[in-house]
This record gives sequence, structure tokens and C-alpha cells, in this order.
Amino acid sequence: MYGPLWRLLPGPWPVKALLALILVIGVVAVCFLWVFPAISPYMPFNSYSVQSGTPR
Amino acid sequence: MRGVRWGVRFVGEVLITAGLLLFLFASWELWWTDVTANREQATTIQALEKGFAIGGLPERGNQESMAILTKVPFGQAFGIVRIPRFGADYARPVLQGTDHDTLTKGMGHYVGTAFPGQIGNFALAGHRTTYGRPLHNIDLLQKGDIIVVETKASYVVYAVDRHVIVTPDHVDVIAPVPQQPGAKPVEAWMTMTACHPKFSATQRYVVFAKLLKVIPRASGLPSSFMAVPVGAVH
Repeated sequence: MYGPLWRLLPGPWPVKALLALILVIGVVAVCFLWVFPAISPYMPFNSYSVQSGTPR
Repeated sequence: MRGVRWGVRFVGEVLITAGLLLFLFASWELWWTDVTANREQATTIQALEKGFAIGGLPERGNQESMAILTKVPFGQAFGIVRIPRFGADYARPVLQGTDHDTLTKGMGHYVGTAFPGQIGNFALAGHRTTYGRPLHNIDLLQKGDIIVVETKASYVVYAVDRHVIVTPDHVDVIAPVPQQPGAKPVEAWMTMTACHPKFSATQRYVVFAKLLKVIPRASGLPSSFMAVPVGAVH
């Protein structure tokens, strides 16, 4: 999976490394800004309130 | 043979990726939410302080300012909680409502419970971990510890009375008379709920505080109330 990806990146290896780094940063940013905030409410370990029915 | 090797490598890489993503999620939850929430909550505090400083309310009397307070829309910040036990500079916004979004912005006021200083139970929920974790040290509060709730009209001073650890379905802790559902309130109480143990959803750590004094903003808050108790960790 990572092998083909590496071969897909253009240029000599320093360019490939730079592009790979940018890709990694992009993935982390997407996770931090959109993915994680979206799934966070469903996580069980940061509940705070009391309520009847399903607590969160 | 080549296909098998490729397959094994692919599965291995997927598992490593999943591990890295889980690690990333943990660092986001435990570190990044604190960074962003602390920043946002500090900004809210500044805006509230600015808004409180602009006069107009106090001379209109406490009755009227309370009427305005009780119409606070869902999600809006209306007060500042200060707890000297958590440090002299500890200040967290109080917002109307206890849903997920609101709780990322500060402490949430249970809709339908009393407002600061009112007869009944002024009930708040706060994060124990993540999102700025305003109630991280709720278990360090001791009897007599001061909690100041600042609103546009007044400084409402509560003193910690006791705590309980209950399962999350114990809504009686936010009843008008704490733990006595159905009883008619004659005193002003405050309740704070947070998760317990840390990083768990199994129980709630609940602190009850009793009203000590309501001080009009114009009179100013005596500095003695903000004195950090001896032995405080911060």
C-alpha cells in the first residue's frame, strides 16, 4: 500500500519525501479538524452530565 | 507465493496505519482539545469581563437583572466561575445548556435549574478530562471551599458543602433541593457534575455548594473570597 504510493510520487527521492510529508500533514489536519471532532461525541470517556435515559 | 507475500504486507501496513490513527486520535482528544478549548474559553472570559464592566444593569436592581438572566438563549455564555482552590487565575465561562458543543466552550448550565443566587439548585456540568477540563480537579474540593459565580449583576458566592459519587442516571443531584426530588426549595444551592473516574463514563463526581452571599457588582468582590486555600495544588 505504501510501496505503490511511494512509486506514484514524482521526482527524485528528496522531492518524494517532501511530497510524502505534505500528504502526512494533510491527513493529520483533516483528522484533527473534521474527522476527530465528528466522532468525539460518541466516545464514552468524556461524559459529564446526569440525565435519565442514555447518558453521554 | 508472491500474492501471499503481498497480502501479508498489505494487512500489516493497514494495521500499522490503524494503530497510528488511534494514537493520533488519543493525542487529539487528550492534548489538542485542551489547547483549542482553553484558548476559546479564555477569549470568552475576556468578552464576558468586558461586557460585565459596561454599566447599565446594577442600578436597575437585582430583580430585573435576574429576569434578563433567565432568558439567556441556549448556548450563550452568561457567567464566570472562579474557584480559588483551582488557582487564583482559574476562570471558566458558564453557558446555557449541557450538550456536547456547549460543554466544549466552558461549563454548561442544566436548562431548567435555578440561576446563580436563586432559591433552588444552580446546576452545572463540566469536563473532567479533554476540552480544557474545567473540572479536572473536582475531587480536590473540600468543605468550605469558595466558588464565585460572576454575572453581570453580581458576584454570587457559594461554599462547598459535600460531594457524592453516583451513577449517571441520578438526576436527583440537580433537583431544586439536591438529592431530595420533589422537595420544595427554600435555600439556594449549586451543583457541579463531572465524570468519574477520570476518562470513564461509569460514574459522576458531584459537588454540592451552598449560597454564602450575593454581592452586587458595584460593591466589588472582597479579595478574601479569592484567597487560594492553603495546600492547593496550583
